[in-house]
Amino acid sequence: MAALHSHTLSQIRDLLAAKKVTAEEVVTDCIAQIRATEPSIQALLFRNDEAALNQAREMDKQGPQPGQLLWGVPILLKDVLTTKGIPTTCGSKMLKDFTPCYDAYLVARLKEHGAIILGKNNMDEFAMGSSTENSAFGPSRNPWNPDHVPGGSSGGSAASVAACQAFAAVGTDTGGSIRQPASFCGIVGLKPTYGRVSRFGLIAYGSSLDQAGPMARTVEDTALILDIIAGHDPQDSTSVNISVPDYAAALTARTDLQGIRIGMPKEYWGEGLAPEVAEACNQTIEQARRLGAEIIPVSLPHTSYAIATYYIIAMAEASSNLARFDGVRYGARDTTADDLLGMYTKSRSTGFGEEVQRRIMLGTYVLSAGYYDAYYKKAAQVRRLIRQDFLDALSQCDVLAGPACPTTAFALGENTADPLQMYLTDIFTISLNLSGLPGLSLPIGLGKDSGLPVGLQLFGSKFGETSLLQIAHVLEQHTPRLPFPQGLVDSTI
Amino acid sequence: MHITTNDVYKIATLARLEIDEKQAAVFATQMDTILEYMDTLNELDTSTIAPMYSPVDHATVLREDETAQHYNSEQMLQNAPEQGGGYFIVPKIV
Repeated sequence: MAALHSHTLSQIRDLLAAKKVTAEEVVTDCIAQIRATEPSIQALLFRNDEAALNQAREMDKQGPQPGQLLWGVPILLKDVLTTKGIPTTCGSKMLKDFTPCYDAYLVARLKEHGAIILGKNNMDEFAMGSSTENSAFGPSRNPWNPDHVPGGSSGGSAASVAACQAFAAVGTDTGGSIRQPASFCGIVGLKPTYGRVSRFGLIAYGSSLDQAGPMARTVEDTALILDIIAGHDPQDSTSVNISVPDYAAALTARTDLQGIRIGMPKEYWGEGLAPEVAEACNQTIEQARRLGAEIIPVSLPHTSYAIATYYIIAMAEASSNLARFDGVRYGARDTTADDLLGMYTKSRSTGFGEEVQRRIMLGTYVLSAGYYDAYYKKAAQVRRLIRQDFLDALSQCDVLAGPACPTTAFALGENTADPLQMYLTDIFTISLNLSGLPGLSLPIGLGKDSGLPVGLQLFGSKFGETSLLQIAHVLEQHTPRLPFPQGLVDSTI
Repeated sequence: MHITTNDVYKIATLARLEIDEKQAAVFATQMDTILEYMDTLNELDTSTIAPMYSPVDHATVLREDETAQHYNSEQMLQNAPEQGGGYFIVPKIV
């Protein structure tokens, strides 16, 4: 049998349920893989080794529980999700010593289904960034080439899953933070429809954009996680009360793409797209055509306004959300000030990193008297136009397809000098968050120039995760699976 | 619109941040560039477009105003930088 950690989530779950392996064996194997790979990728902020092993031993005494869909399966969580009794830092000095007294809704759901929390993943501070270089605790690295970024902000989660440290992770996506790192690290990442997964316990960045979702090595594994974390939660008023389909079971309903119309938005296939990314994506589109799909040219005419719109709205919401960090109830306090106002300002200035402060400043500006209409309201109006683009395009087809990112993973330090340059790398992912629609990044191969993974992005209709996953699953079955990242030392070698 | 270091100080006060002279100069330049980029939205006539503040279509969710205790005060205070006697302690206000 292959090393346990290199199985898919679906395989390991079945082996555990059939008592062919114990939870302790699986956890032990993943910990060994973490020990072997973590020095190269630095994907974790907290390792839960001992507690996870103890939990696994206790579970083994009871034996597999039929109702628990992830019984004994080790998973990882982005450190923006609150975990009861486990530190939750958001990649920030501000929350360096914060240990929540409650689980995020989705964490509680995963635990109910017998998943074992193996650790917390590194991320850009408060999810603000596209490379993990904004983490207060140092950047993570791409398993395919440690000189390159894993993407962000869920970069630690993507690197961990690609390096087989665990069978899946849950990340969050405010402007591409699941799909972009999934693409850079060669795994599957799904941003569900806004409202599909409860945001209770997701430490807020941009509340009208934030959405948690699965990151895994296969489409089926992605569906299995979504099956568990999706659903209505009264603790999040934006969580939608509609039934949750059985996403994983629905995958077998489709074996080809007959009758499927795939829209290619022309704005995603032009200038600025690296030739190796275009080539890999085009090959997959050709494959889709051979599998029976009809490929339709469509347009998202307001795409060039998406970055400006997104950053105005995200920064406005961030400046409001992060006002709660005042050094009083939780978070770091600077003790050098002798009055309350001084304590607020000093705590915030020493606790927040530079990018977070920049976004709070810009957000405060666009919400301030005299500028609110010109920036925030204007962006909210353009947001409606951007969403309408998607609705119009999706009225002609089942899904849209385009590259997840203009390039493969960039080098560490390549985009850090100029913040605007870094924002511009998000061009293909942010529109979707403005619209609230679901999107998935599927690994389709390695770029022929960089040798780094390329992701094809599929956009679906509102609550259209089932067909999004089905189409991705068919494409995945006809695309060679990526090997274990070369250059990374596996624990079994 | 041109952002000056004085504007940066004013925004920092509103945002409860303390910015030193060197950082103010850097932020002024960066914010200027970023806001200039954001001004591209003015190319679009949006006078008849209703703002979209959330992707959610459903109405505000209301619930009965019933009290419930999910956590005890010890849990609520456990992450406080300074606490005592069941209270959050802050620097002297008056």
